[in-house]
Amino acid sequence: MTDHPLDSAEATAMAVRRRGRALAPSTGGRPWTFYVLATLFVLYVIALYGPMICIYILSFQDVRGGLVFPMRGTSLHWFIDLFTQVRTGDVKGAFSRSIRLAVVVTVITVVISFMSGLAFRRRFAGDSVVFYLMIGSLVAPGLVLGIGVGLICNVLGIETSWYTTALGAQLSWTLPFGVLVMFAVMSRFDSAWEEAAIDLGASAWQTTVLVIVPILAPGLVAVALFGFTLSYDEFTRTLLTAGSLNTLPLEIWSMTLNVTSPSLYALGTVTTLISFVIIGICLGTIARIQKRRARGPAAH
Amino acid sequence: MPVANGSIELAGIVKSYDGVTQVVDGINLKIPDGAYCCFLGPSGCGKTTILRMIAGHEDPTHGEILIGGEQVVGLAPVERRTAMMFQSYALFPHLNVRDNIAFALRVRGISAVDRRKAADAMIEKVRLAELADRLPAQLSGGQQQRVALARAAITGPRVLLLDEPLSALDEQLRVQMRQELRRMQRDLGITFIHVTHTQLEAIAIADLVVVMDKGKIKQAGPARDVYDQPRDRYVAQFLGGQNVLSGRIERIEGDSVVIAAQEMRDVIVPLGARRTVSAGDRVDFAVRRDDVGLTRPESGDGSGRARVPSRVRAIEYQGNFVKVILDNVGSDELIAYVPDRIFYCDPFSVGDVVLAGWERDKARMLA
Repeated sequence: MTDHPLDSAEATAMAVRRRGRALAPSTGGRPWTFYVLATLFVLYVIALYGPMICIYILSFQDVRGGLVFPMRGTSLHWFIDLFTQVRTGDVKGAFSRSIRLAVVVTVITVVISFMSGLAFRRRFAGDSVVFYLMIGSLVAPGLVLGIGVGLICNVLGIETSWYTTALGAQLSWTLPFGVLVMFAVMSRFDSAWEEAAIDLGASAWQTTVLVIVPILAPGLVAVALFGFTLSYDEFTRTLLTAGSLNTLPLEIWSMTLNVTSPSLYALGTVTTLISFVIIGICLGTIARIQKRRARGPAAH
Repeated sequence: MPVANGSIELAGIVKSYDGVTQVVDGINLKIPDGAYCCFLGPSGCGKTTILRMIAGHEDPTHGEILIGGEQVVGLAPVERRTAMMFQSYALFPHLNVRDNIAFALRVRGISAVDRRKAADAMIEKVRLAELADRLPAQLSGGQQQRVALARAAITGPRVLLLDEPLSALDEQLRVQMRQELRRMQRDLGITFIHVTHTQLEAIAIADLVVVMDKGKIKQAGPARDVYDQPRDRYVAQFLGGQNVLSGRIERIEGDSVVIAAQEMRDVIVPLGARRTVSAGDRVDFAVRRDDVGLTRPESGDGSGRARVPSRVRAIEYQGNFVKVILDNVGSDELIAYVPDRIFYCDPFSVGDVVLAGWERDKARMLA
């Protein structure tokens, strides 16, 4: 490549400056619209993250802490309280259920999305019906869907629990997302890769494992990320389908009703951290795969 | 194992996707073992479909495909011992050059040590040694093509199928890589089938050129035959370098016919292999553009030559020759390729009235 990124960046910047002068002459600096939009953006960011940040800050109070500002001391007291005190509820149990449920949902979502991504490359009888049914479950109100599942279970005498009915209800939410992401991923998949593998003697299984999955890996990680975070956060569909044991969002909900200590905030901080760690791992993995493909020689 | 025989026989091949239109419409062809064969035709003529059927990526609706004398329809590509090089090369983006080339060995369960040895030998053969650890995205178009070739050739196929192998390259590289393809074909000594829509590519490289149109073979033969002796108007025009003219037969004189049209008088064309014409028929005939000479109308006699009065419409300098575009004869273009040394002795200019002439036996009747 004989491209000079600096040169072209400079050229672009100059073009922008020239254009900027032409559009908003004689202000010397940035146009006034810049300041309006910048203010709007800052306000937006504050509205988006401000409330969460308040909660994170308040979770680090000491034993005298309350639910509102001002901050009373700093310590990890409420984090310890969260995992040791029974009166705050079964946080540890809820947490472990949520993680396990999210892992199962992720695996099922990735596998089914992958397979439907492959299937939807060709037209088949009823393909659009299947597609719209899927989108339908995406737009259906979650609470209604949850109530429906709960109701049917009631009628059929099936006992609801987090690992059966709640799993199903959550999949109705994560699968359409996963499949849509997969469609976008598949649009850049050249079926000649698959044919080349077959031409070179690979079996269908070898083609899948050695060619299709590795090539689609970044997309599959993205689907997994969706599956995990959507499940880990899912509330409305899970509320009436999880049975007697709570998942983490349900636990947080019930805590807001009866816990009046910063433990609640500590829980918020912990779950957010976990979400960020998982998103970080996923994005890091995608970036690593793509970087390896774009530049560095493959290490074997 | 019996000696690999890469001869191919296509018998009555028909391919239809919807049962109505036939993408490939009754192809019969024999390709000898070790030949370099080019399927040539415009896009949509069915040439790639034929290639894919030989490769085993599609099955013919009717007809038989024999490779080395055995019927192969229904067999997997590996069982046919064919290998295909895809149009965009379809190199696996997540594998480096060595692993791409060794892929076929890997899926056969050959040990890592052995396949590395075999892959490195092949890498040496296509002169990619210093790039063995690179990923496809880090290679130039020409290097990618060499990897694709090596990957296809590593299992020792008896037929190598190339789908528009040069279309992804720029002009200069294309000329260079086609020589490389030809060299590889000679080195490997196997049958190559190459699909292209570029006439020059086909005639430069192939032993056997198959000209196709609308799912049918128009003409198949050695490059020189197809270029120099096109069978019909389509082939002559597709391969280029020919003037295709038409007129009515005025009378038949022994082995020749006398043709007349509004702009032509008493043009005599040898009958050649065509015997079933009679006076009054409308026929096409071809004259190579470089057989057409231009003279001033007042200059000497033209015994033994066919002559058409015309006028210079445009002149294009092409380096070693000058392309002189004359007024159409009816709806057919008339073009003369005049060697530049001759042209510039007495150059014509646009609007000049000229006589376009050729020796009678240079004209060929078309079917």
